[in-house]
Amino acid sequence: MAAPTTALGLRMPAGRGARAAVRALLYALVLAVFVLPLWTMVATVFSGVPLRLGELAVLPREFTFDNLSTAFGYGVGRGLLNSAVVTGVGLFLQLTVSAFAAYALARKKFRGQALVLLAVLSTMMMPEEVIAIPLYLVLGELPDPLGGGTLLNSYAGLVLPVVGWALPVYVLTGFMRTIPLELEESARADGAGDFRIFAQIVLPLCRPALGTCAVFGFLMIWDQYLLPLLVAQTPDMYTLTLVVTNLSASQEQGVGVRMAASLMLMIPSVLVYLGLQRLFESGLLSGSLKG
Amino acid sequence: MAVLTKRRETAPARTAARRPRRLARAAGPWLWLAPLLLLFGFFKFWPTLWGMYLSFFEVRPYLGNTWTGWENFAQALGDDAFRSAVAHTVIDAAVTVTLSAGIGFALALLLEGPARHLRLLRTAVFLPVVTAMVAVVELWNTLLYPGAHGPLNSLLGLVGLGPLPFLSDPDSSLASVMLVQIWKSAPYDMVIFVAGLAAIDRQLYEAAALDGASAWQRMRHVTLPQLRPVTTIVLTLGVIRGLRVFTEIYVLTGGGPAGSTETVVTYTYKAGIQNNQLGMASAVSTVLFLVTVVLTCLTLWWRRRRED
Repeated sequence: MAAPTTALGLRMPAGRGARAAVRALLYALVLAVFVLPLWTMVATVFSGVPLRLGELAVLPREFTFDNLSTAFGYGVGRGLLNSAVVTGVGLFLQLTVSAFAAYALARKKFRGQALVLLAVLSTMMMPEEVIAIPLYLVLGELPDPLGGGTLLNSYAGLVLPVVGWALPVYVLTGFMRTIPLELEESARADGAGDFRIFAQIVLPLCRPALGTCAVFGFLMIWDQYLLPLLVAQTPDMYTLTLVVTNLSASQEQGVGVRMAASLMLMIPSVLVYLGLQRLFESGLLSGSLKG
Repeated sequence: MAVLTKRRETAPARTAARRPRRLARAAGPWLWLAPLLLLFGFFKFWPTLWGMYLSFFEVRPYLGNTWTGWENFAQALGDDAFRSAVAHTVIDAAVTVTLSAGIGFALALLLEGPARHLRLLRTAVFLPVVTAMVAVVELWNTLLYPGAHGPLNSLLGLVGLGPLPFLSDPDSSLASVMLVQIWKSAPYDMVIFVAGLAAIDRQLYEAAALDGASAWQRMRHVTLPQLRPVTTIVLTLGVIRGLRVFTEIYVLTGGGPAGSTETVVTYTYKAGIQNNQLGMASAVSTVLFLVTVVLTCLTLWWRRRRED
């Protein structure tokens, strides 16, 4: 068996048992540090044995769904629904708006283009954490398009601030620039307008980039905490992140129920990640290396 | 809603404008950009500028604002709690970014490679990154339970250490928070380094091996220099992001005990939302924004200089 070359250019003697054993031990250590804690969360949720405060189960004993059903009784159902609506609508709008803007940036030449790119870049320096206080005041001024009051305590208030995001605009603009112009030119010669070219030619070709943006957009909106904290004022508007933190702050429920709520928050992200891992990793690299 | 109406206007507007093509050409790009720019305008630029404006006022909802000049800035700078919040933020950002890059690099060395079991291990180790911060915090809140029967303390007990107070003691609270942050971010850095390692030309290793370089020399003179651009970007962007840390601190400790984990953003949030000092909170946010802008520009400038 040929010895594989590792990153360091070390030639690992495949036959040496000692080295293999050390490697296996390190693998086990790494799994114990990064995966075991997540596993104890799952085990605790499905464990029927009562646990003291500050205790977690390692193996689920007396398997039960009680913790999950209790958690659903304490607002997790509503939180899940709100988070799903906010993430679904927010992600759809985010991809649409970003693809529109990317089409103009990648395919049109116009005065002010550099300024628009600079504006998009500058929004990366204006995350909710930095503009929380004035954003809160602005949301209190703007009317809710779906109802009577302001954007505070409204679905539009939970969704609209996360729709505009620089990352998908960048990813899609970059991707569209790599699409050859020939197809579009022949369609234009046949009399197709901009919108038809965009919808029927450019967008379908962008599917891989859209997938990457969808994974990142999902995680970004699903994990939102500060924005719902500012916007949602009544329990019926709480997203799942708020339900989870309120449940643990109230101290009414045991560790099993609290972990059940956290598990419901974790499962969708993990499923999206595992299902679309390839898209995720390619985006992670381009995104983080470009900033 | 501006988004939806704008989009509906786009299609008919373009068909109608087919004859006077010039006008359509000029307006075209802006119609495509309008939804995004409107959203950015309402939810990014307006709040940023409004925050700068409010920094100079005593903000009293319904009563009218009073101009106070630099008073808000002076008030924040004169507050011991704010100064220690700045210190905590800088320490937290510097330490977590450095350690998670270091651990991420070690993980990358261990888990780099195309083999199936390595791919699986990398996927498993990456799970903390995709898990929502709030869920991570809930889990660690229990893992770090200060009693002797808390999960981490039980482990420490096995080797005769502890129990440690972790989050409940001002002396160990910030370190405990950083532990959680590093746990969540080190696998992220690992993926970046795995890609960086994979991109290194293998011939460099072979040349070094021919020259009789030891494993350590190859690491020192081939691997690390090759990774330097990636590393620097990861570190600088990490620090910039670290300066706005909020969720994990606010949920884990609320800034306590005794202000020992207060950061700039938790301080701002409490001052603005809980204590209604909106002008002062805006002033602090404005300073944080300007610091972010300066650091980002420096990073971009430095990167451009390298590329030239």
